Amino acid sequence: MIWEALIEPFAAFGFMRRALLGCVAIAIGATPIGVFLLLRRMSLTGDAMAHAILPGAAVGYLIAGLSLTAMTIGGLIAGMAVALFSGFVSRATPLREDASLAAFYLISLAAGVLIVSTRGSNVDLMHVLFGSVLALDDPALILLCAITSLTVLTLALLFRPLVLECADPQFLRSVSRLSALTHFSFLALAVLNLVGGFQALGTLMIVGVMILPAATARFWTASVGGMIVVSVLVAILASVAGLLLSYHYSLPSGPAIILSAGAAYALSLVVGPVGGLARTLQNSAQA
Amino acid sequence: MTSRRTLLTLGTALALSTLTLTTARASEPMPVVATFSILGDMVGRIGGEHVAVTTLVGPDGDAHVYQPTPADARSVADADLLFVNGLEFEGWLDRLVDASGFDGTRVVATASIEPIPFEEGGHDDHGEHGHDEHGHDDHAHGEHGHDDHGHDDQAAKAGHSDHGHGHGDHDHDHDDLAEAGHGDHGHGDHDHDHDEVAEAGHDDHDDHAHGGHHGHNHGAFDPHAWQSLDNAVAYVDEITAALAKADPANAAEFYQNRAAYVAEIEALDVEIREILAALPEDRRTVVTSHDAFGYFAEHYGLTFEAPQGLSTESEPSAADVAEMIEQIREEGISAVFVESITDNRLLQQIARETGATIGGTLYSDALSGPDGPASTYIDMMRHNANTLAAALAS
Repeated sequence: MIWEALIEPFAAFGFMRRALLGCVAIAIGATPIGVFLLLRRMSLTGDAMAHAILPGAAVGYLIAGLSLTAMTIGGLIAGMAVALFSGFVSRATPLREDASLAAFYLISLAAGVLIVSTRGSNVDLMHVLFGSVLALDDPALILLCAITSLTVLTLALLFRPLVLECADPQFLRSVSRLSALTHFSFLALAVLNLVGGFQALGTLMIVGVMILPAATARFWTASVGGMIVVSVLVAILASVAGLLLSYHYSLPSGPAIILSAGAAYALSLVVGPVGGLARTLQNSAQA
Repeated sequence: MTSRRTLLTLGTALALSTLTLTTARASEPMPVVATFSILGDMVGRIGGEHVAVTTLVGPDGDAHVYQPTPADARSVADADLLFVNGLEFEGWLDRLVDASGFDGTRVVATASIEPIPFEEGGHDDHGEHGHDEHGHDDHAHGEHGHDDHGHDDQAAKAGHSDHGHGHGDHDHDHDDLAEAGHGDHGHGDHDHDHDEVAEAGHDDHDDHAHGGHHGHNHGAFDPHAWQSLDNAVAYVDEITAALAKADPANAAEFYQNRAAYVAEIEALDVEIREILAALPEDRRTVVTSHDAFGYFAEHYGLTFEAPQGLSTESEPSAADVAEMIEQIREEGISAVFVESITDNRLLQQIARETGATIGGTLYSDALSGPDGPASTYIDMMRHNANTLAAALAS
């Protein structure tokens, strides 16, 4: 019974195991990035990035035709450019990072639409580039796992400066020369995770797994380390639940996984011990 | 004084230029727009040098998710005729037409065909009823279809050649004749009624789509009707009638082109039937990436399965994919087929997991470029049949 419901789908089908591995990879790599994005009030970076990569993907298409590799590399370059420029502007000018990111992604998106309209074909590039969790092939899995390994290593090295950079960038800048390195490394990691995730899994999946578990974890603990642990667990559980729901009830997989994470968020929003609605109401009643 | 003279000269020049423009216009090809490459190819075959066809969604383009450009709006605005597939295939079209200020005639190529209904969640049905049953049903249906179609073909052929001869010379007579004799095939006869019916039908679909189908591009029917050569004749008839009406001076030539083209289509139909008839019973199931071959399947007695459903835009569930893998294993399906317009990663994964080979590329919704194997409608259908036969037989 339990075997049939929980294990058998993964035991019987290779694509389910691949989907699970892909999900676990982004849960471990992208979700901590999501936690830091949340702390930096940059939760919408993922959506902006999904648009910002268009000119790169279009140029890749023009050079190499309908090649996923060329389009991914192009997208990565465009995404890096947008993230690093906006990071630079936010460090050098009073304009805040979210505003400069918005400015650069809009410029990038417009350039992309221009290229696609004047030189491109009728193929919807983003539609072709964005993958699906059920269609993970070897290159996509290797890409995801490599990005995750790199992310985990870099986060381990830069954990303390990064926490400071998110909490009090001015302070970090005054006491350490690591500030710029930390900031730009983090932006590069975010872009890497997002673009790799777009190619392998699609926008909804990668942005959803990045941000929703992080937002969920915020209601359970206030420490950064704790949030990362909780969010990775939530992401993995939501992935397993979503894949099983998709398997047993014939639901599209990506939305099923993200809605599972959404359910975890909704539940935590109400009952979460740190700032959850129930606790807040209770406190205000006592006060 | 000078100013008045200038004005006079200017006026004369203007009048003259208008005159030259109108005369030039008469000998120039009529500007028409077809929404996608297959339709564009057909219109070009019938219209020949008398029409200038602009195709909106070009070779290898995906009309399901197409986004029109301002240049498209200009082409549509300038066109005298707009050829569309109908059956909700071009979900983006109505807004484009409204925005462009198009004031010509919209010709719905599928107006006279009998569409195959499509139920959303058709894949769920597969799961619940079991594959075998489904397969047999399809097959029986396909065979029935054969016979019926065969008869229709002959009747249609006879009727049409009459048409061709009777028509070229006497346009007005033709209308009466057609109304009397060829009511059921309905080509060229009552154009006005046709357009109205077509438009009404279209609106209905719209309502359906908005009401019940989660904003998918497709309505209640499978729009890929050109995948049956019988329907292609219906398409050609709609096109010929519309062109003849818009440009009566060249109607004779349009009907001649039509006769030649239909002969070609019918010859190809016989050819494909022979190719595919050779396939044994247990090798008639085909796996492709999206459900674009319903009409082809019905016409030639094959069964097509696709993980993605009718639109290239939908996302499959794990259950769909698992079911497809089991089916491929159980029925010993040896080859799956990728399509030219979609992301084929999912299908490649399925092939990998089942050990099936990729049998080749099928062209479903768009022609290939001029150098490709499917640069015309006829070539496309022949290529698809040959590719299927080669991979399924091995």
